[in-house]
Amino acid sequence: MIRTLVYLLPALALLGMLAPPMTRRLGHIYGVILSAIPLLMMVLFLSFNTTLGDTQSVVYATPWQLVPGAPLSFRIDGLSLIFGVMVSGIGFLVLNYAAGYMKGHAHIGRFLMLMTLFMVSMLGLVLSENLITLFFFWELTSVISFLLIGFDNHLEKARKAALQALLITAAGGLSLLFAFLLMGNIAGTYTISELLDKGPLITHHHHYPLIFILLAIAVFTKSAQFPFHFWLPGAMNAPTPVSAYLHSATMVNAGVFLMLRVMPFAGDTMLWKTVFPIVGSVTMFVGAFLSFGERDLKRILAFTTISALGTMVLMAGLGTNAATKATLVFFVVHGLYKGALFMITGIIDKSTGTRDLMQLRQLWKPLRSVSGATFITLFSMAGLPPMLGFIGKELIYGAKLQSGFFPEVMLMLGIGTNALMVAISILIAYRLFWSRKAEVAPPPFKDKYPRLMLLWMGPVVLSAVSLLLGLTPNRIARYLNNAIYHIRAIEYDAHLTLWHGFNAELLLSIATVTLGVVIFIYRETVTRFITRINGVINRYYLPDLFDKLIKGYVKVAARQTNRIQHGYHRYYLMTFFLIATGAMAVVLFPFEFETWMTSASPVKTHIVILLAVMSLGMIYAMVSPSRLSAILALGIVGYGIGLLYLFFGAVDLAITQFLVETLIMVLFILVIDYLPAFASLSVRRSRRRDAIIATVVGVFVTIVVLEARFVNVVPPISQFFIDHSLLKAFGHNIVNVILVDFRAMDTLGEITVLALAASGVVALVNVGQKCQSGQSPMRIPPADTQSLRTLIIAGVVTWIRRVLIVVAVWLLLRGHNAPGGGFIGGIIAASGYVFYAIIFGSEPTRKKLRIPPFIIIGIGLGLSMLAGVLPMFMGEAMLTAQWLHLTLPMAGELHLGTPLLFDTGVMLVVFGMINAIVLTIMNVLKWN
Amino acid sequence: MELSIAIFIGILYACGVFLLLRRSIVKVILGVFVLSNATNLIIFLAGGVERGGIGFVNENGEPAAAMSDPLPQALVLTAIVIGLGIAAYILVLKYQYFKVTGTHDLDQLKNTEQK
Repeated sequence: MIRTLVYLLPALALLGMLAPPMTRRLGHIYGVILSAIPLLMMVLFLSFNTTLGDTQSVVYATPWQLVPGAPLSFRIDGLSLIFGVMVSGIGFLVLNYAAGYMKGHAHIGRFLMLMTLFMVSMLGLVLSENLITLFFFWELTSVISFLLIGFDNHLEKARKAALQALLITAAGGLSLLFAFLLMGNIAGTYTISELLDKGPLITHHHHYPLIFILLAIAVFTKSAQFPFHFWLPGAMNAPTPVSAYLHSATMVNAGVFLMLRVMPFAGDTMLWKTVFPIVGSVTMFVGAFLSFGERDLKRILAFTTISALGTMVLMAGLGTNAATKATLVFFVVHGLYKGALFMITGIIDKSTGTRDLMQLRQLWKPLRSVSGATFITLFSMAGLPPMLGFIGKELIYGAKLQSGFFPEVMLMLGIGTNALMVAISILIAYRLFWSRKAEVAPPPFKDKYPRLMLLWMGPVVLSAVSLLLGLTPNRIARYLNNAIYHIRAIEYDAHLTLWHGFNAELLLSIATVTLGVVIFIYRETVTRFITRINGVINRYYLPDLFDKLIKGYVKVAARQTNRIQHGYHRYYLMTFFLIATGAMAVVLFPFEFETWMTSASPVKTHIVILLAVMSLGMIYAMVSPSRLSAILALGIVGYGIGLLYLFFGAVDLAITQFLVETLIMVLFILVIDYLPAFASLSVRRSRRRDAIIATVVGVFVTIVVLEARFVNVVPPISQFFIDHSLLKAFGHNIVNVILVDFRAMDTLGEITVLALAASGVVALVNVGQKCQSGQSPMRIPPADTQSLRTLIIAGVVTWIRRVLIVVAVWLLLRGHNAPGGGFIGGIIAASGYVFYAIIFGSEPTRKKLRIPPFIIIGIGLGLSMLAGVLPMFMGEAMLTAQWLHLTLPMAGELHLGTPLLFDTGVMLVVFGMINAIVLTIMNVLKWN
Repeated sequence: MELSIAIFIGILYACGVFLLLRRSIVKVILGVFVLSNATNLIIFLAGGVERGGIGFVNENGEPAAAMSDPLPQALVLTAIVIGLGIAAYILVLKYQYFKVTGTHDLDQLKNTEQK
């Protein structure tokens, strides 16, 4: 059965998300249809009452995990039952009410969707079996309440209130996450059933104070406790159905639920029993006190909610059996009357166009359908018999009398609060029903709203339940027994009766009511007094202070960003270099010049001469005033490095370096005419500064290179490659074998980078061309090429191109055993076309290519991927080489394998990339 | 031998960094070329310079007597070709920057307005 309940959650969410399209067809009736599911859920919840008995609980873990070790799991015990019934039951009524309230609203679909999701997240929260699930739904309620409070998103007020609520509750959520992680870490589990007997482990841990503070922040922010209470009055910017639901059964009550949920394993400590009662009682009194100074009915109710939440936090903080019972009963009491009162307020607002208590009068007859309900509900709020509210209040007084925590202070604050509640209830009833004078007459009464069944059903049902439970309170005893068993771990008989006989609680009640009546009679004096205090408080108006805090934060962040993100290219780089060298200096300290200076290998004169020549070339490139000579001087450096590779036995590298260097120079010389001339833009001082930085970087790089010789972290894996090159990969050229076989995965990544670089170049050029309007006329290629074309060279070039293709294929095929391979083959084949393009322009070259370069790149990548995927069909890991061994009569043994396919892909990618880049650049330069 | 090569790399780095810190785009492009070459050289030399044998094995699968480490060579080989791609990309990027903004002063990069 719990499975049905659990799977109804996603079903409800799904149906809720269908609301926007469905309401377009069905209108507000879809809300009524939707409400069938919470009704069904409430019935299911109620049916658990008998099966669970006094001590049972049910757990269901879904197969999904939110994080490893914490499945999405759910539990039902007395506590989740009480909350579940309230959330689904009031949810059912609120959905109907919302359907009536928002009837004809342009965004009713979105509204119903959010309400439903809100319900789902709250139900998920109360049903959670592990802390991570609980946290997940906790955050979900925060996020969805943000969307609901800001529902009228065209109003700045609503957006501001929504953001405030989100920032505060999300901060609480974050702190809850940390608390849960700490608890889970200490106890070794996130599952609530397993945590139940791990209490001492957590409460005696030296991190407990931290856990407690984090938990308390979560409770205070969510349940709007002083001084985080201010987001709740702001939340009344939401449409009234939201307020009705948010105050009565969901959201703000989640904090109380959390306290009760974690009490068995994180409660019952000195901290718990001190901090919660203090904050709770302060909130309780402040809420009631401030509500008396308000005139807006919704604001009055919001402050009484704060007061009620304070009471619940206080009770749950005391944590005795009686106090726990009082918390639960009071939650039910408050949910019933607050839900009804908000719905009634909504009806009044709709009918009269105002919620100002001072403007309302003589509504007994006009309100008709809900007048009785209003009266009964206010009775419950005032805590008068025969309502459930009376029982709740008696229980609270009883718990306070029993508690050892400053009972006198608690009782005084309690009496004050309850007397104010009585006074407010009388005031509301008086204003709505009897008062003859009003400051300003409200606009004409719209009669249709109180007649709408969808609207009056909610308050009527809620007040009826309130009355029914007041008369026969023992109906909920078993829920309480089970809940208290799981919270307090003792079997408890929560016998509830309306009449206890003459005892201390009754005397306190009588005193409270008397005081309440007195306050009502002297209401004008009291209101004036509160207004004056409010004037003082408003100077430190918390929402504004909070606003200022956030604005200041944003301002500091903006200033900081401006300082760091200043937009000067070279200063970014400078910062990077300075920090990098600084870090290197720290790591290398103390400097060991002696060791660095020793040379392991003998100095070879020819290499030293080469290095000297290259250094001169480099320095010439730096000081040369001409771009062309600078790039040629850099060519010396590049070719010299190629020679170095050759001297140290890297044939393939040397070939690649020579080819690439040539191509880069060709590219540069192509573009150079279109680039600005060298210019000295910097002042002499900054040049000197840069020179110093550059020198420091150079020195440190030198040191790092020297130091690197002595760093041997792990034995090189090269020996493996050397040993297995011929045996396993049938290749003599180890470098090529590494590229296409042993480390083919890396190479696959690298050719992808090449493809990306090519598409980057093309994309950049296209962006530039969009800036020009239309196609500019074709530019005639430089005169020299004109004459070049006419010469025999034209024919020669065509032949060179053909020959180079043959050479490239030959290099590719022998690459496994001799210098060559896909990279080199690709560059050589491409250089034939580049040569051709320089002579004939880009368009003829494209024609000669037949296939567009990007298609070639695609085919190449595809072939390499194919070589990777093929082995997978043979049940091997990706890119495992597959071989075909042939013995030919003439050539001897021949090994054909997927690495060759892979290398062909590499060659095509390189070939395509170079063509794509060069031809695109030539296109841009109108070298067609 | 290591000392002289290390000093050479240091010179390349110093020049590359100096070029990168210029305001003129052409010099920055040159700086990128220089640094990419210098970095390849560092990786290559991480395999050691004592030996200078070619990275091949003979018919029996045995390496040449003083073979230099083949792994850095494979790394650098792809790095060189990627360097070509990057060089082309930077070249076009700076060319477009020049064309769109009409300036070759990188300090003007602050302004996102087009010419």
